[in-house]
Amino acid sequence: MTTLLDVKNLWVKFPTRNGIFDAVRGVSFSLGKERLGIVGESGSGKSMTGRAILQLIRKPGMIEADHIALQGQNLLNLSEKQMRSVRGKQISMVMQDPKFSLNPVLTVGDQIVEAYRLHNKASKAEARAKALEMLEAVSIRDPERVMKAYPHEMSGGMGQRIMIAMMLIPNPEILIADEPTSALDVSVQGQVLSIMDRLVKERGMGLIFISHDLNLVSQFCDRVLIMYAGRVVEVCQADKLHEAKHPYTQGLLGSLPKFDAPRPRLEVLNRDPAWREAPSVESTS
Amino acid sequence: MRAQRTFVKRQPQLPLPPWVRGLVITLFSISITMLGLLLVTFLIGRVMPIDPVLAVVGERASQEQYDAVFKDLGLDKPLIVQFFYYVSDVLRGDFGQSLLTARPVADDIARVFPATFELATIGILLGCILGVPLGVIAAVRRGSWIDQIARVVALVGYSMPIFWLGLMGLLLFYGILGWVGGPGRQGIFYEDMIPSVTGMILIDSALARDWGAFWDAFSHIILPASLLGYYSLAYISRMTRSFMLEQLSAEYVTTARVKGMSEWAVIWGHAFKNIRVQLITVIALSYANLLEGSVLTEIIFSWPGIGSYITTALLSADMNAVLGGTVVVGLVFICLNVFSDLLYKFFDPRSK
Repeated sequence: MTTLLDVKNLWVKFPTRNGIFDAVRGVSFSLGKERLGIVGESGSGKSMTGRAILQLIRKPGMIEADHIALQGQNLLNLSEKQMRSVRGKQISMVMQDPKFSLNPVLTVGDQIVEAYRLHNKASKAEARAKALEMLEAVSIRDPERVMKAYPHEMSGGMGQRIMIAMMLIPNPEILIADEPTSALDVSVQGQVLSIMDRLVKERGMGLIFISHDLNLVSQFCDRVLIMYAGRVVEVCQADKLHEAKHPYTQGLLGSLPKFDAPRPRLEVLNRDPAWREAPSVESTS
Repeated sequence: MRAQRTFVKRQPQLPLPPWVRGLVITLFSISITMLGLLLVTFLIGRVMPIDPVLAVVGERASQEQYDAVFKDLGLDKPLIVQFFYYVSDVLRGDFGQSLLTARPVADDIARVFPATFELATIGILLGCILGVPLGVIAAVRRGSWIDQIARVVALVGYSMPIFWLGLMGLLLFYGILGWVGGPGRQGIFYEDMIPSVTGMILIDSALARDWGAFWDAFSHIILPASLLGYYSLAYISRMTRSFMLEQLSAEYVTTARVKGMSEWAVIWGHAFKNIRVQLITVIALSYANLLEGSVLTEIIFSWPGIGSYITTALLSADMNAVLGGTVVVGLVFICLNVFSDLLYKFFDPRSK
């Protein structure tokens, strides 16, 4: 499999009053044209990993790594200006809640057209046509009307489909989806996921799917990284997740309720301080 | 049962286009507010321990003279009728006679208000043009030296008494350096030389193409206007900074960065557009404050504005002038409110 992205020994550090806090501690993985899931509890560093790839960690946060290579090009050596042409154009990101991730005072159309015109020399009319096409691709009925609408007039599911359209319109090679369905109603989660899946497949993209939903990730992804306290504790094939060996992963799986095997009490996750210090697992794909 | 009720509850719509309905509603609410304001000024005029009749006839008038004027002023009528008279007088632009200047209050206000308006407008323009970018930069470069400087500038603006800064400004720029004109609106040479059209000397002199008078007026207004501008800058820049900080941590800003936008475009094209409504409120408030007449500045610069007019009237118990001035200031507040409401609708799609 061709490698799109190779991350080696990634650290994200925040200086605090009590010294440096490491949000991500030596994470390494590589991504091909596949769906890679990153799972972990809150604060495990999964979102930070996604944002560090785009170098969108806000100051005073720092990103350190041996390399973050996008098709052989080390992103860490790029200037901010060069990095801007990577963002959106080559790596894009869909965030959690469209209520907050779309600009409330700009029309949907303006925001999508803007995303396209940032990376393509196109007239307004061309970009508009492209945006309409893209809205149709994410199954938006009546795209003409939606183009003129403002984000607050959209439902959550529509908002997230608009977000996907906006992020995919410059045709990036990699999409990072940071809990893209967590803020959505269960009834529309599946729909949004299948749209995203279809587009990613059609375009031969790599997808990094960040989630805390183990079931979802095991069904949706090809491979899963399990993160704990800023480290990768286990990597496995998504369909073999139930065979996971690491006690943390087993704990996570054990704490999930099951319809077919109901238990009076769910297992409680017992965290072992030793996991924190164990070195990151390297993924091999 | 319930379904039936909601079905019946369709309101009859006036057969008017929406903007006409909006206008009618706005005008209606303005007139109600105005009526409330007049009621307040009317009641203040009635409860003041100043006898309006004595103020007209003087202390040594005979009982007959007193009674005649008492009747003349309509004070023998019931209060509600008196209020009706008052409202109709005000609507005709009649605020009565000023005791101090012995002229109609309306004429006095027409003379002093343009002076304040001119000063306040230049002041607020300076405050916005400098204050808004300063606040934005301070927010974007939070914690940097430029943020610290902006903080100190605003702190000085908040805490320095304006009369002291005014006096020091006059001493330095007028007394020592001679860069600006001194107190007053014009130099003696230009006084009463240009025909009054708007009452604003800068505009009047420009209309008369008298550029000498224009520059003279400019050199007189620039120092007090900068001073007022500085005070609004202090407030506007601090508020802009905090509004901007709130927006910069919003998720849509990250979205804009993910798209690959430059910081400049993220700040002005995305974040700034979201603080416009809040900024309008802040600017309208500062502007209203300046239009009310900044008494201290007007006194130090012998600026014949509405602030010093009302203050002088108040000190000499000239109630007609005080109440007339109050009504005008109130009207200015109402107009500014209506105007900023209109701007809200324009800038925030959610308010439609």
